[in-house]
Amino acid sequence: MASTDLNAAEAAALPPGAANVEDDIRAWETQERREKWRLMFVRIILAMVLLSIWEYGTDRWFDALWFSSPLRVLRHLWTWMQDDLLKHLVITLRETFIGYGCGTLLGIATGVLLARFAFLGKVLDPFILALNGIPRIALAPLFIIWFGIGEPSKIVLAGMLSFFLCFYATLSGLRSVDPAYISIARVMGATERQTFFKVVLPAASPWIITAMKVSVPFALVGAIVGEFMAATAGLGFKIQLYTAQFDTTGAVTGVLVLMVVVIMFNTALNRLESHVLRWRPESSGPTGSDIQ
Amino acid sequence: MSASVTAAQAPDAATSVQPASPRDAVISIHRVGHVFRTKGRRVQALLETDLRINEREFLTIVGPSGCGKSTLMNLIVGLFPASSGEILYRGKRRSGVNRSIGYVTQADNLFPWRTLRKNIEFPLELRGVPTRERRERASHLIHRVGLAGFEDSYPHELSGGMRQRANIIRTLAYEPEVILMDEPFGPLDAQTRLILQNQLLELWQEDRKTIIFITHDLGEAVALADRVVVMSARPGRIKTIAPVPIPRPRNLFEIHKDERFLATYQALWLSLEDEVKKGAAQWQAQT
Repeated sequence: MASTDLNAAEAAALPPGAANVEDDIRAWETQERREKWRLMFVRIILAMVLLSIWEYGTDRWFDALWFSSPLRVLRHLWTWMQDDLLKHLVITLRETFIGYGCGTLLGIATGVLLARFAFLGKVLDPFILALNGIPRIALAPLFIIWFGIGEPSKIVLAGMLSFFLCFYATLSGLRSVDPAYISIARVMGATERQTFFKVVLPAASPWIITAMKVSVPFALVGAIVGEFMAATAGLGFKIQLYTAQFDTTGAVTGVLVLMVVVIMFNTALNRLESHVLRWRPESSGPTGSDIQ
Repeated sequence: MSASVTAAQAPDAATSVQPASPRDAVISIHRVGHVFRTKGRRVQALLETDLRINEREFLTIVGPSGCGKSTLMNLIVGLFPASSGEILYRGKRRSGVNRSIGYVTQADNLFPWRTLRKNIEFPLELRGVPTRERRERASHLIHRVGLAGFEDSYPHELSGGMRQRANIIRTLAYEPEVILMDEPFGPLDAQTRLILQNQLLELWQEDRKTIIFITHDLGEAVALADRVVVMSARPGRIKTIAPVPIPRPRNLFEIHKDERFLATYQALWLSLEDEVKKGAAQWQAQT
């Protein structure tokens, strides 16, 4: 008997062939697992091949001055870690997250406000459209003028990028709630307040949560770009400095650190998102690209 | 049997419910008409409708699609005001949504972010019913319609029949005085329909709320109802009202052989047939 979790009575009651179904499922799962491992294996091989070509080709086919090499990057990472990498990383992350926190909160609040007061929302629609037309990163130099070369200008930049993403997503999310849900809630006796908090807000939550997720890398970009422009510390400042000194190894290492940070946050946020939005059928609702 | 079909709104002494006197009416609809404006065109959805719905009555409304049945429901529940005429609830005019009336819509409209149990508890939550009582009432109904074991499933994980059952018991949970049902079994297959119709009648038998049930299926209308209302093709108006002289409790699995069922069905079909043809002609003219 293949089905271990069924007792004898239940097993006897199973229609003929049911045990085979269990076996089929198990075989299919094994197949899936094997497939996954194979995929992982091929990916690791590919990464090793690419890195080896890079390492081997350095100073043979191309100049280390322009492209550095994996081993040089690793060596630099090691010495930098013992020096001041952590300090710069903390500064950049602090700018990112203070900006992100304020930006998302304000963005969601503004979105809610304009959705609740429909007239105000309609009045402001063309202005919002105009504002949306600005390539936001182009405001960075202005922010340096207004808020100085210290951390505040980077916080504002990170905050602004998160603000706009969350604001637009919240507004569109709240406006796209199926009116049938609102009608049915009213019929069942919901007050204005209850309708908003128990129906409209949860219905719009996929938009808001997706925007909050997409905002994290954007906030980081804001902080980094701010540091590129004018700063005295932070990873962006360091990358800029290394580049100015023609130290490609340093610059590539900085980029590598940023990459790892973003991957870590994305993984965590994806997990969080799929938990919070577990009620959603797979592949439905807004995705990151709808919101950006 | 055509004598049981009367063109006017007649007291239905033949059925098991109380004869209708104006005092007993839960809802009276007086000369109600409604006009929609769509794409700059005026569409007369409903024309001078008069209807009286009695306490504890199971009333079904049949008519060709697009005849204004759903409009009539939306007007009764008060989602928007009628263009003309008036609707009285227990002798009084109401403005806005009438909280004493429950509404089971054609689309199930379960909230996708809530589990089955949380969906059923929703109207109770709105009324501030304590958690434990909420849970008990929801559980009772969930068991009653055979959804036990799916309490923590989200709507997208349930089949169409299960969602429609949840939709119905969500409204039953808070016990509104009157329940409107707009083709609740419309999208279901024939067997699931029969099972759900039977469950609905059993649930209704327990406390005999007033139910107004819309359908385009004449068989369903006759099998469930105390009285059947036939509506005309657009602009909708009431064409025929007929009592169904079949005693309760009814066995829906056998009712199709009952000669009273057949007689009522055939008499009403004569009335409905023309309207279905007219409705189809309108529909073809549009497309």
